[in-house]
Amino acid sequence: MGQIHLSKVTKSFGDVEVIPPLDLQIDEGEFVVFVGPSGCGKSTLLRLIAGLEDVTGGQVMIDGQDATTMPPAKRGLAMVFQSYALYPHMSVRKNIAFPLRMAGLDKAEQDRRVAQAADVLNLTDYLDRRPGQLSGGQRQRVAIGRAIVREPAAFLFDEPLSNLDAALRVGMRLEISELHKRLATTMIYVTHDQVEAMTMADKIVVLQAGVIEQVGSPLELYRSPRNTFVAGFIGSPKMNLLGGTEAAKHDARTIGIRPEHIAISSESGDWEGVVGVSEHLGSDTFFHVNCPAFAEPLTVRASGEIDLKYGAKVFLTPDPAHLHRFDDKGLRLG
Amino acid sequence: MATQHSRSAARLMMAPAVILLLGWMLIPLTMTLYFSFKKYLPLRGGDLGWVGFDNYVRFVSSSSFWPAVATTLIIVGGVLFITLILGVLLALLLDQPMWGQGVVRILVIAPFFVMPTVSGLVWKNMFMDSNNGFLAHLWRAFGAEPVQWLSQASLPSLIMIISWQWLPFATLILLTAIQSLDSEQLEASEMDGANWLNRFGFIILPHLARAITVVVLIQTIFLLSIFAEIFVTTAGAFGTKTLTYLIYQRVLESQNVGLGSAGGVYAIILANIVAIFLMRIVGKNLDA
Ligand SMILES: Nc1ncnc2c1ncn2[C@@H]1O[C@H](COP(=O)(O)OP(=O)(O)OP(=O)(O)O)[C@@H](O)[C@H]1O
Ligand SMILES: [Mg+2]
Repeated sequence: MGQIHLSKVTKSFGDVEVIPPLDLQIDEGEFVVFVGPSGCGKSTLLRLIAGLEDVTGGQVMIDGQDATTMPPAKRGLAMVFQSYALYPHMSVRKNIAFPLRMAGLDKAEQDRRVAQAADVLNLTDYLDRRPGQLSGGQRQRVAIGRAIVREPAAFLFDEPLSNLDAALRVGMRLEISELHKRLATTMIYVTHDQVEAMTMADKIVVLQAGVIEQVGSPLELYRSPRNTFVAGFIGSPKMNLLGGTEAAKHDARTIGIRPEHIAISSESGDWEGVVGVSEHLGSDTFFHVNCPAFAEPLTVRASGEIDLKYGAKVFLTPDPAHLHRFDDKGLRLG
Repeated sequence: MATQHSRSAARLMMAPAVILLLGWMLIPLTMTLYFSFKKYLPLRGGDLGWVGFDNYVRFVSSSSFWPAVATTLIIVGGVLFITLILGVLLALLLDQPMWGQGVVRILVIAPFFVMPTVSGLVWKNMFMDSNNGFLAHLWRAFGAEPVQWLSQASLPSLIMIISWQWLPFATLILLTAIQSLDSEQLEASEMDGANWLNRFGFIILPHLARAITVVVLIQTIFLLSIFAEIFVTTAGAFGTKTLTYLIYQRVLESQNVGLGSAGGVYAIILANIVAIFLMRIVGKNLDA
C-alpha cells in the first residue's frame, strides 16, 4: 500500500497554468521530498494528490486505482498542514481521535489507538489539554498523531517544520525520519529547505514553475545535477556556476564547481584572486574570493584551521573530478 | 506603561465619559424609583404623595401583567430562534463564492437601515393587509382565504417583522465569524473523513459559538425593549402587549406615572434575570 502515480497531471487556476503536464511515480514506503523555490507549485501538487484540489487534466492513481475524482477522505491519505490545522475547541485526545470517530470506530478501539499514538509521540501527558495550551512542537506532534491513527496509505506533509525554531526543527526532522523508518509508510514531504530535503529524502523531486527539473536520490542530485537550476539549488553553500573563457576551456557554456571541491592556497594554483568576506563556522570556513577571471565571487570551503585575512592574495584550484559542465541551455554535458 | 502616574492620568481623562454615562443612567433610574413610590397623576391632581409599595402591588396584580411578561419572552425567544437559524444559513450561503456577491451582501444588510416604524408600517400595509397586501394576493393566487395576519396570528406576525429587521445584524456578525475560520481546518476535517454535516457540527458551529453568544446578548438587550413595531402594527391589541408596551399604556394612556414607573422597575428586574440567565448558559463562551 502507498504507491502513487501521476500521469500527465495539469493544474490551472483560471487562465494561469500552475502545473504543466507532469508525470511522477512514487513507490511504496518511499520518503519523497518536493523542493523548489517559493511559488513553484509544491503545495499545489501535494493538494492535487490529497484531493483537496481538482486536477485540470491527467490522472492520479493510488495503489493502482484511479483516484482522479475520488474525494479526499476516500483516498486513504493523511495530511499534516503547515498551520497544523488542529481543532481548537477539542482536547488533544479528541483531535487525535477525530478521524477514528468519523470512521465510526467504537470507543474502546479509539482509545486504544489514541493511547498508542500518544505513546509514540510523547503526548500522553498532554491528552486533556487544548491545542492552544501547547507549544509549537507539541502541536506539530498532535497533528502528526492525528495523521498516524488513521493508518493511512501515505502521509502528506506541507512544510510541517517551517513554524518551528531552528533547534526544534532539527529535532522534529529526526523524529519524522524515525517515524518513517518505524512505520515504513510512504511519505511525501514538501519543503523549500534543501537541508531538510537532503537529510530526510529517499527521493528528491526538484520543482521549478511547476516543472520537475530532476528526480533522484539526494546523492544523485548532488553528484550529477541534470541542469544549472538543480546544481544551484541542491547543496549548501551553493555551487559556483562560472561562465566565460574558463568555461570555454572545458568546451562548455557554464561550469560548476562546489565550494568543497576547490583547494585554496597562498602560493600557487589555477585561478588568482583576493579574499573577501569569510564566514567561520568553527569546523569549516567559507571564503568568498573575488577572481578577476569571473564576474561573481567564488565561495570556497576550507578547513577551520586556515586563517586568511580580508584582502589577502590567494590561488584556487578546482578538483577536475568534481567539475560539472553545462551547455548553452543549462543542461549537463557528459 | 501602567505606572502610578499614567494610571491616575488615565482615570482623570476617563472621568468625563464615566460621569456622563453615570448621569445618563443614574438620573432616569433615580427618578423612576422616586416616582414608583408616589401616586402621581399629571392630569388628575399631580403629585398626590407617597404610597409605599402600592404601585408595585397594583402593577403585578393587574390582569395584563403576566401575559405581558409572557408576550415579551415569546417575542424575544422567537426572534432569537429565527434570526440565529436563518442567520447561520445565510452566512454560510454568503460565504460561498458566487456571482454578484457584493450586491447580494448589501441587499442582505438593507433591512437593518430601515427605521423600525417604517418597516412596521410597510409590513402592515403592503404585506399583511388582508385585502391588498402582497401576502393576501399570494394566498388568493393559490385559491386560499387570505389570513388576517395581525389579528388572527398577531404574535407570529410580529415575530416575523422583527426577525426580518434583525436578521441582517445576526447574518453580518456570523458571516464575519465564518470568514475568520481557518480553511485548513475544514480541509483537515475533510481529509479526516468528515462529511458536510460533520464539518458543520464539529468545526463550523463550535467556531461560531462566540459570535452566536454576542448575537444573543445584544439582540436580547434590544428586543426586551421593542416598541415601535408593536405601536404601529397592533397597538398592543390581540395579545401583543409586551412589558414595555404595558408601561407605555400606564404612563401615557392612563396618565399614571407612578404605576408606570413601578412597571419600569419590574422591566429592569426582568432584563437582569434574563441577562444573568443568558450569561450563565452562553457567557462561558466569551472567555476561552
Ligand atoms: N487558489 C489559487 N488561485 C490562483 N492561483 C493560485 C492558487 N493557489 C496557488 N496559486 C498559484 O500557484 C502557484 C503555486 O503555488 P503553491 O502554493 O503551490 O506554491 P509553493 O511551491 O507551495 O510555494 P511556497 O513554498 O511559498 O509555499 C503560485 O504562483 C500561486 O500564486
Ligand atoms: Mg506552499
